[in-house]
Amino acid sequence: MYDFAYHKPGSVADAVKLLTADPEARPISGGQTLLPALKHRLNRPTALVDLSGIAELKGIRKEGDTLTIGALARHVDVAESAEVTSAIPALARMAANIGDIQVRNRGTIGGSVANNDPAADYPAAVLGLGATIVTDRRRIAADDFFQGMFTTALEPGELLVAIEFPIPEKAGYAKMRNPASRYVMTGAFVARLRSGEVRVAINGAGPCVFRQAEMEKALSANWSPEAVANIRQSPEGLNSDIHGSAEYRAHLVTVMAKRAVAEAG
Amino acid sequence: MAKFGLSQPLRRIEDPRLLKGGGRYTDDIALPGAAHGHVLRSPHAAARIRSVDTAAALRVPGVLAVITAKEWREEGLGEIPCIIPLKNRDGSERASTPRGALAEDRVRHVGDPVAFIVAETPKAAKDAAEAVVVDYEVLPSVTDLDAAHRPGAPPVWDHVPNNIAFDWEAGDRAKADALFAQAAHVTRLTVVNNRVVVASMEVRAAAAEYDAGEGKFTLYAGTQGSWLVKNLLAESVFRLPPEKFRVVTPDVGGGFGMKLYLYAEYALVCMAARRLGRPVKWTSERTEAFLSDTHGRDNITLGELALDKDGKFLALRTRNYANMGAYLSTFAPFIPTGAGTKVLASVYDFQAIHAHVLGVLTNTVPVDAYRGAGRPESNYLVERLIDTAARELGMDRIELRRRNMVPRSAMPYVTAIGQRYDSGDFAAVLDAALRKADWAGFPARRAESARRGRRRGIGLAYYLEATGGSPTERAEIRFAPDGMVEVLVGTQSTGQGHETAYAMLTSHELGIPIDRIRVVQGDSDVIPTGGGTGGARSLYSEGQAILATTATVIEKGKQAASEHLEAAVADIEFTPQGGRFSVVGTDRGVGILDLARIQRERAAKGEPATLLDAAEVAEIRAHTFPNGCHIAEVEVDPDTGLVGIARYIVVDDVGHAINPLIVRGQVHGGVAQGIGQAVHERTAYDPESGQLLSASFMDYALPRAEDLPDIEVELIEVPCETNPLGVKGAGEAGAVGSPPAVMNALVDALSDDGVRHLDMPATPEAVWKAIHGAKAA
Ligand SMILES: Cc1cc2nc3c(=O)[nH]c(=O)nc-3n(C[C@H](O)[C@H](O)[C@H](O)COP(=O)(O)OP(=O)(O)OC[C@H]3O[C@@H](n4cnc5c(N)ncnc54)[C@H](O)[C@@H]3O)c2cc1C
Repeated sequence: MYDFAYHKPGSVADAVKLLTADPEARPISGGQTLLPALKHRLNRPTALVDLSGIAELKGIRKEGDTLTIGALARHVDVAESAEVTSAIPALARMAANIGDIQVRNRGTIGGSVANNDPAADYPAAVLGLGATIVTDRRRIAADDFFQGMFTTALEPGELLVAIEFPIPEKAGYAKMRNPASRYVMTGAFVARLRSGEVRVAINGAGPCVFRQAEMEKALSANWSPEAVANIRQSPEGLNSDIHGSAEYRAHLVTVMAKRAVAEAG
Repeated sequence: MAKFGLSQPLRRIEDPRLLKGGGRYTDDIALPGAAHGHVLRSPHAAARIRSVDTAAALRVPGVLAVITAKEWREEGLGEIPCIIPLKNRDGSERASTPRGALAEDRVRHVGDPVAFIVAETPKAAKDAAEAVVVDYEVLPSVTDLDAAHRPGAPPVWDHVPNNIAFDWEAGDRAKADALFAQAAHVTRLTVVNNRVVVASMEVRAAAAEYDAGEGKFTLYAGTQGSWLVKNLLAESVFRLPPEKFRVVTPDVGGGFGMKLYLYAEYALVCMAARRLGRPVKWTSERTEAFLSDTHGRDNITLGELALDKDGKFLALRTRNYANMGAYLSTFAPFIPTGAGTKVLASVYDFQAIHAHVLGVLTNTVPVDAYRGAGRPESNYLVERLIDTAARELGMDRIELRRRNMVPRSAMPYVTAIGQRYDSGDFAAVLDAALRKADWAGFPARRAESARRGRRRGIGLAYYLEATGGSPTERAEIRFAPDGMVEVLVGTQSTGQGHETAYAMLTSHELGIPIDRIRVVQGDSDVIPTGGGTGGARSLYSEGQAILATTATVIEKGKQAASEHLEAAVADIEFTPQGGRFSVVGTDRGVGILDLARIQRERAAKGEPATLLDAAEVAEIRAHTFPNGCHIAEVEVDPDTGLVGIARYIVVDDVGHAINPLIVRGQVHGGVAQGIGQAVHERTAYDPESGQLLSASFMDYALPRAEDLPDIEVELIEVPCETNPLGVKGAGEAGAVGSPPAVMNALVDALSDDGVRHLDMPATPEAVWKAIHGAKAA
């Protein structure tokens, strides 16, 4: 780890001010991604802006058809929240199966979504539910937010404040874990929204979470595991590493989608 | 052996200390004023070093020294040696791969040490490492075993043609060939024994100080025996008398063979401590451990089994390519040759065996002993061959084994490769395992799994281990002034429970309560010699030394008691129960602890006294042959290829179990490692760049608790005939039997899919491909 300055602002405005003043400063939430990178000297920020003291980033609220989760909600908070469990049980289950207990006790939804690791869980729920990302300055639709590997629509110095999830009619999630890291090797989040829209988001398989249009169409016509069972994902452009080739991941897309639909019921 | 009624499942006395954080590991040792070392390692698999510029690094604040091969040579330091001589088939000597602690003109694997930077803090040392400028001319590299010995492969060493470091054989080739010529059936199978990273929980660490007045080094390091490290430091590196080195091994968090050796870093902390006149410490990081701890296994082996028309084994031939890595490590050439081939007969009767082993150099981390060291590889080959033969012949795989097992009545039995088995009741162990596993009831379980869309398979492996190691061992017993009885041993626990086992044994022999016994290990100034721990040798070797020493204590005690009780020595008897010396036929007597104290006090006052302290060295004349039967049931998800271990049964004959709880724990750990090797652990190098792709736990899959079933262990005690305790080594056995049991089960599960063989590790993708590949074919 290289040396860095440390700030702990009390408001979003102060945090943004610090981050805008110094383009080499980085926000830190749970530190479960950023700290290992610093320890391995892969990253050299001049300053860390610790968000943990900012009340505006906390809390989980259900209002009407919307569930709003503050950026600082830890995975354990989401997993154990009565609001999440009743409104979007698939999201609570997803949170309960991220990493291990230490990671869930520290890692946050804001950090995970801002980071947009292709192997992370939450991006699939955000995209699969068509959630809205609320930042310090604007609202961004999930479809516009995830832009590529570790890349999002967030501008330098822009803070993720909360995520608004529409409460769906039904939703399900299934994933195949990477045998070593236990991150997602391929996952599928499926949802049927109250508007009738059906969304399928695939994570882990490609460089960035993506929607599977063919499956969405099939499930709109017939919400059942069989509807997606014969839809083949093309391996082109998918990730390939020592744990899984693009062909294997493509195959898993179908398997996980089937299982996610079955789980959604 | 009824005489040693020691079979209590006593909880390990070291556990409260170790589990509550009371252990003291090398990194816990804070030598006053210690500086911190950091190793700069090669980022390339193969490169020529054109120059090393340390000027900028030396200017980093807090830096005390930047040591390169130049400084090493200037101090006249020698080699990190390989100590195994080996003759090739043509009578010539094996190739040599000389290395100092730091690469000089060539680097040969990613992680090869290039410079050692010492600074006031670990951070300053790291900063300085980034400022060292090494001018590398990158060379072509080869990391893959199968590619490395082919013509045209990049040479790892210019003087070693085809990268073949040795070409060795054992057994009777002519006889084996003749039997193959008359065989009714020959089964051929090539198996990969995958390279594994040892991944001990405690990473390696070392701290050294140098006493300039005495010219003496003290090294603290997590070893598996301080004396080997001490002797190699003295003889091979510093060329100084051994008494100039004290090596202290504190608590060790896992070794598995990997911590036996003198590593470059241990020599470097010693060298730096002398140069700087202050203590120097180094602690590995995890990725550094992946790149610098010796790896295990990595063989590709062709096995050929010749059978007659009745399914009786005639002969076995093997040709084994063994990856040695970039340098021959301390024991490396011995592992696939002497160590591995001696169990090729396993528990079966062959007329002839011939083994051919080629040691291959590659641009990878050196490979050396890992739990079982050669024996798991041989057992894996034999048990996979037998299952394959049974399938080819349409014979029941149990029946085929039964027909060829050496019967108990044939003991002692000399195998076709020349090992003399003293004892064993293989058929009885096999039967017990089949019963315990409810082998007969398997079809119902398979049908139940099938209803859930899963493929279930059952597999069996009978393994035989040959334990090994140093041919002598020493023990010393001291009645200490604080009232404790110290047992000084030459073995080294890395977590196995030696303190408990040795205390139980000493208590049993001398009648001293266990809580009055203190086992002392690891300090070469306190204990003059020791064989260390490896090859599952500790209990039967150290146990014999303890028995010899307790016998001497009793002899001395009789002498002392005769003086104390004023009776003839011949009239003194010792009763281990209660630990009393008494005069035969009277109620006059004295307890051993009281007697020892009285003698010590007399000696302290200058009065004539007979101290009870004693030390003996036992000669270990024969090694032991633990064996057993592993039965695994696996369940495969055909959609994902994920393999789950549904049940796991072990019936072991480790001879007399002094503490069955410890034996079970050893078997559990070994089985976990074996399951890891079979279905999780994949060490992957990039074929182009030679980078280790699985250099952290993000990419190297170790089994976790949720991946492991309950491991049910039953012990059948067939006492070993070659040591008075009747014990056989139990430490490695679990890792020997489990890979073939799991893989036989997996092939069984996928047999309806047309799968005949699958190599380890059976990762989800590999299994999925096997199912779909077999379908497509
Ligand atoms: C052992 C281990 C296993 C894991 N397994 C999984 C897994 O299975 N699935 C999974 O999804 N994740 C996994 N993770 C990652 C974990 O979920 C992380 O917590 C998460 O990715 C990041 O959240 P964080 O709060 O720790 O973010 P941090 O590490 O604090 O930050 C991550 C990045 O986001 C930025 N950032 C943080 N907060 C904000 C914000 N409010 N606005 C804008 N930018 C912000 C930071 O600057 C940084 O670049 C694992 C992590 C570990 C260590």
